[in-house]
Amino acid sequence: MPRLVSHPDEVKIVSSRFGKGAANIDRYVELGGYASARKCIEQGPDWIINEMKAANLRGRGGAGFSAGMKWSFVPKQSAKPKYVLVNGDESEPGTCKDHLIFLHDPHAVIEGTIIAGLAIGAKTGFIYLRGEYRYLLEIMEKAVADAYAKGFLGKNIFGSENEFQVITQTGAGAYEVGEESALMESLEGKRGVPRIKPPFPAVVGLYGGPTIINNAETIATVPHVIEMGAEAYAAVGTVRNGGTRLFGISGHVERPGVYELPMGYNLKKMVYEVAGGVRGGRKLKAVVPGGSSTPVLLPEEIDIGMDFDQVGKAGSMLGSGGVVVLDDQTCIVEFALRTISFYQHESCGWCIPCREGTDWIKKSLTRFHAGFGEAKDIDNIQYLAENMLGRTFCPLGDAAAMPTLAFVKKFRKEFEDHLNGKPCPFAKHVELAVI
Amino acid sequence: MSPETMTLFSPRLAARLDALVQKYPVKRSALIPMLLYAQDEVGYLSDAVISEVAERIGITELDVRNVATYYSMLRFKPAGKFNIQVCTNISCMLRGGYEVYERFQEELGIGHKGVTADGVFSLEEVECIGACCWAPAIQVNYDFHDELKPELVRGILDGYRFQAEGKAPHA
Amino acid sequence: MADVTFTVDGKILTAPAGTLLIDACRKAGIEIPAFCYYPGLSLQAACRMCVVRQEKVPKLQTACTTTVAEGQVFITESAEIAQARKATIQLLLGNHPLDCPVCDAGGECELQDMTFKYGAGESLYSEAKQHREEQQWSPAVFYDRPRCILCYRCIRMCGEGMDVWALGVQNRGVNSVIAPNGGDQLDCEQCGMCIDVCPVGALTSGSYRYKTRPWEMNHVSTVCTHCADGCKVTLGVRQVNGGAEIVRADNRDKSGINGDFLCAKGRFGFDFVENPERLTTPLIRNAQGKLEPATWERALRFAGEKLKEIRDSKGGTAIGVVGSNRTTNEENYLLQKFARTVLHTNNIDHERSTDYPAFALALAGHAGKTAGLGDIAAAPAILLVGGNPTEEHPLLAWTLRTSVRLNRARLYVANSKAIKLDRQARLTQELPPDGYKDLAAFLDLGEADFSKAVLAEESLVVVFGQECRGPAVADLVAWGLKRPNVRFAYLGDQANSRGAADMGLFPDLLPGYVPVTEPGGFAEYPGLPATPGKSLPAQFAAAATGELSAMLVVGANPVLGLGVSAEALKNTFVIVQDLFLTETAALADVVFTAVSLYEKSGTVTNTFGDVQMVKKAADRAGVKSDFEILVRLADAMGADIKTLVPFGKGGVLADLGQSRGAQAGEADRHSVWLAANNLEPRLSPFDPLAVLDEIERLVPGYKLDRINLLSGNPAHTELNLTPGFVPISALDGSDLAVPTHDGLFTSGTLGRYSPALNELEQHQTHEVAAPAGD
Ligand SMILES: Cc1cc2nc3c(=O)[nH]c(=O)nc-3n(C[C@H](O)[C@H](O)[C@H](O)COP(=O)(O)O)c2cc1C
Ligand code: SF4
Ligand code: FES
Repeated sequence: MPRLVSHPDEVKIVSSRFGKGAANIDRYVELGGYASARKCIEQGPDWIINEMKAANLRGRGGAGFSAGMKWSFVPKQSAKPKYVLVNGDESEPGTCKDHLIFLHDPHAVIEGTIIAGLAIGAKTGFIYLRGEYRYLLEIMEKAVADAYAKGFLGKNIFGSENEFQVITQTGAGAYEVGEESALMESLEGKRGVPRIKPPFPAVVGLYGGPTIINNAETIATVPHVIEMGAEAYAAVGTVRNGGTRLFGISGHVERPGVYELPMGYNLKKMVYEVAGGVRGGRKLKAVVPGGSSTPVLLPEEIDIGMDFDQVGKAGSMLGSGGVVVLDDQTCIVEFALRTISFYQHESCGWCIPCREGTDWIKKSLTRFHAGFGEAKDIDNIQYLAENMLGRTFCPLGDAAAMPTLAFVKKFRKEFEDHLNGKPCPFAKHVELAVI
Repeated sequence: MSPETMTLFSPRLAARLDALVQKYPVKRSALIPMLLYAQDEVGYLSDAVISEVAERIGITELDVRNVATYYSMLRFKPAGKFNIQVCTNISCMLRGGYEVYERFQEELGIGHKGVTADGVFSLEEVECIGACCWAPAIQVNYDFHDELKPELVRGILDGYRFQAEGKAPHA
Repeated sequence: MADVTFTVDGKILTAPAGTLLIDACRKAGIEIPAFCYYPGLSLQAACRMCVVRQEKVPKLQTACTTTVAEGQVFITESAEIAQARKATIQLLLGNHPLDCPVCDAGGECELQDMTFKYGAGESLYSEAKQHREEQQWSPAVFYDRPRCILCYRCIRMCGEGMDVWALGVQNRGVNSVIAPNGGDQLDCEQCGMCIDVCPVGALTSGSYRYKTRPWEMNHVSTVCTHCADGCKVTLGVRQVNGGAEIVRADNRDKSGINGDFLCAKGRFGFDFVENPERLTTPLIRNAQGKLEPATWERALRFAGEKLKEIRDSKGGTAIGVVGSNRTTNEENYLLQKFARTVLHTNNIDHERSTDYPAFALALAGHAGKTAGLGDIAAAPAILLVGGNPTEEHPLLAWTLRTSVRLNRARLYVANSKAIKLDRQARLTQELPPDGYKDLAAFLDLGEADFSKAVLAEESLVVVFGQECRGPAVADLVAWGLKRPNVRFAYLGDQANSRGAADMGLFPDLLPGYVPVTEPGGFAEYPGLPATPGKSLPAQFAAAATGELSAMLVVGANPVLGLGVSAEALKNTFVIVQDLFLTETAALADVVFTAVSLYEKSGTVTNTFGDVQMVKKAADRAGVKSDFEILVRLADAMGADIKTLVPFGKGGVLADLGQSRGAQAGEADRHSVWLAANNLEPRLSPFDPLAVLDEIERLVPGYKLDRINLLSGNPAHTELNLTPGFVPISALDGSDLAVPTHDGLFTSGTLGRYSPALNELEQHQTHEVAAPAGD
């Protein structure tokens, strides 16, 4: 069982029911659950979308797009059925927050899906979980069945005229399937290769119908936004960054875990106070602020508020909120290699720059890390990453190139120190197993 | 699939797959779960499994293979009864994922994608499994074990060995 | 869509809104490189070569997915763009084996061209490349993974273009591979279209592999000799001892009626030409009854004297003539003219497979009612009655599929069996096996959904198969003629079946279906016999009774089809012109070794009435065209060659002009000058164009658009005759048509001599275990 943590600075909204048995539907209702969905049935779509816009709830999947805006792009009239698709593919290294939501509060996901459906006029919602989350899928399936049994899902939800069905789906091991269009392909039983955009999913999505896709945390937040009121929710965060976020802090910290903190919470504080500082009293070397695809920050760069805009200004991204902390004993070359190996393994292979670029960077770094590097390799790696950036079919290429560039640029000296057979002072695994 | 059709699967799984194709607006959406559930029972995606799945969904075997080979959890050779998947991705790596992985290798005498001679265990180094804050983490089949240390490896294996002895080894 | 104006590289362009930028640019002569983009197939945006800069857009955009809109501004070449393309090529070359010197595609490889253009010469990598063994998927298709750049053109061509779906992509990321449906075997129609669209040397052709370098070939565009669709095929020819050999067939410039398409027969079935069983010297039956080689002079003299003697002693009615479904129009025309004016007989026929006379009869008096292939491609609605185009008319099947897919044409299929094209059909109607004759009445009833939908079409092309003959053709055509905007096409089977019929290889019909009894313009034929002659079966029956003393069989194998025994021909002097010692040639007294359609020039008419030029590609010693053989035979009989072949007519002999020096060899200029001075340009009796002139002059419906024809395009002919023309009255009414029903890998007797086609047939029937995945 994943350990739950807590800290006085936390503002528990999404995680308010964690550890309280809310996977049980009666318990969930007791804790105030499904009231928001009922309220939304009364208020109607326009009201919901306005609330969502006002809440400044930005997508928790990575890109940080305003959920209310996204929902408002769905055409009112559509010949094809509309869909809500909940992205529970959670595969970005450093990220494990949706895991807890599915485990502790599955009904919040269902309720959020219902509300999204009401907002855009969809009758069906899909909840897609990565294949590795089988035990969570079983929890979700039970929750869905219970919601049907109570009449919260089905033909006349909560006794209203509204129909809403929820269908769960499993992946089978593919990070790229977290990308929204690849997710739809996968849900349609195909290879997880992204689609050409435009058309955007809000117009032509799943099975050709207008579709909104949101991260599981985004969706699980929705009932709380309705319950608290948009204004109150927005007020918790910073400008244009409403509410709280589940930050997963991992790596070399004393108290790793998933903490719910207001948007804009100081990163330095997060590392040193919330997570208890660097493990064993060591010195901080770097922080990856938002999952493995976000450019690494140096210790002097982390005195920033953790919201989409401030982290962006610092040259990185808030991403999926997975904060990975590296102490001074970490080999950056090894870390960079492990990062690119992941993207090489997960590249869908569709487009040339990503398919070939990740592979060559991985190959070069493997050799480099093993002590057979040459001076030109550092430039070559940088050249490859620069030439992937912005040139690939989907953002996975960028997700691989951006951190690589940051490692090479910010730690060039450490790369140089690795040259010509010099053993790495930190790495124990000179030959990384190759997946 | 009509009831009189021959199936490779247990009646329970066959019934589950029958229901699965009804679940989605489009039959094909059942493909990936169907492959996964079939693999759970048969152990891997044999030619016969692929052929039956193709027929159940109503697509070509080529189409099934195109999809199946894309997803890393799907395999085409048998694994052990207990497939140990050790995450070595960044968060786990920083907290000793490789040490855990090495300990498993030593204990089992097999490497990446290896299967022990008795067929009880197989080992795999895998990408992030969504347990980064409880690193290092592994999955044995679908069960998570987190906050591991190399010292815990033997105990985990013993637990599964015990289970394996209780039941017939995997086909 | 309305036109929009946008700017590309400073030029102002206009195109309909929504046009893909890459297409709009190509139209305007601005070439944007692309590996994965292929016109007509679904978009991929995978190769990232077509990146361009669009004003006010932060990232480079792919021209293959960007649709043009009013006021957009694009840059397609700049340092930034060149760098992006160069980097992409560098990445590709990282794993590429760089085996260009031994690669079939070397010299005609898009990756090579791009590398040359964007310069990615230096290698960035010092790691080992991923090596994978080459795989043979079928006798026709080889896959070399390391050369593959994963553009997915093959997959899309096979799936979307061919509706076969035999190729897929497996694994993920850098391990992705193209995979065939049969595990390691390709179970498909073996059309080779995947090879054709491959921009590199990843897919190579079993028949061409390692044979030559592209620049060592000459390329000759001609017409395929197999089915009756008449695809343009470009033959790659190389000089060898004793002539020129064909090493490859493809459709290089995609300019023919077949566009992108070529089937297995067109692409691989040219190798009969080089079959070692090919006859290379004339044969004469010796005293011991064995065929032995003879010189051309001796064989011609022997045959000519014998024919003359029989004609003079027993009359022309003692001689029978059988023509060919594969020889040119000029040869067929010449053959019947030779029969009628030199042999003085109407005993002429061919192996009829299609009831074209019934079609001509049904259409008589109605101009402009036949549909050429181009008309079918442009038709908004097509009613396909009978036939199985996928097997028997691959080009028609391609055209219909493409038209349904890209033009949203509506296809209606009425057939007694299920056919693959049902998948493209808007509606299908199953008919009983003998139901074709009742189809017109069924449609008129207008009760079934099918009839209603067909009746609702304002413009329709009716394409019907050989199931329809005689009265069924008459009824169907009469049904269509009652309605506005209905045109027709009739599906025959061999390369020039239609030409054989149009050129009058009938005992009772002259060229253009003119009755011998009312010869019209053909009255100018000296000594034209007035009574109809014997049909093909009647000729053999007459031979068996001794009534027929001589037979001339040109490019046909009736002995096989009719099961004629040696005994039956015992008393008949048989002359055969052929490439091989066929069952018929084996019974001959004289065998003249003829050339194939790939070794001669002239014209052929496809089953849709489209006439195309045939050009001589290959060449070998010891063989002659049927045209030349006939002229020489006539000469050996002492006939007046100038009457037979109107060359040098009009008495004004042209000045041959300068044959040396600076102007030497400028034949075209020379003939222009000749025509301008009203001089006769045809100077040789072996020039088929001299006969084409006469065909145009005498054969109704054959007014050809010469400019179009000579520039390699089809010229449509009409079956119907000038309004008021006396309809065909002389058909004896018996149904002699025997369709050959050749499939994807068979092509009558000729196909048996193609090792490639035999191997493919073998592969499909024996080696591919599982049934096709459709
Ligand atoms: C390569 C790639 C992987 C992604 N993986 C995930 C994921 O695992 N979970 C997720 O919610 N979003 C993921 N995303 C983002 C989604 O494409 C999409 O933006 C998101 O689900 C939208 O939800 P949100 O607006 O609520 O954030 C991924 C994007 C990319 C490019
Ligand atoms: S960037 Fe290209 S290869 Fe990489 S995952 Fe996206 S589409 Fe696939
Ligand atoms: S890095 Fe191991 S579970 Fe995420």
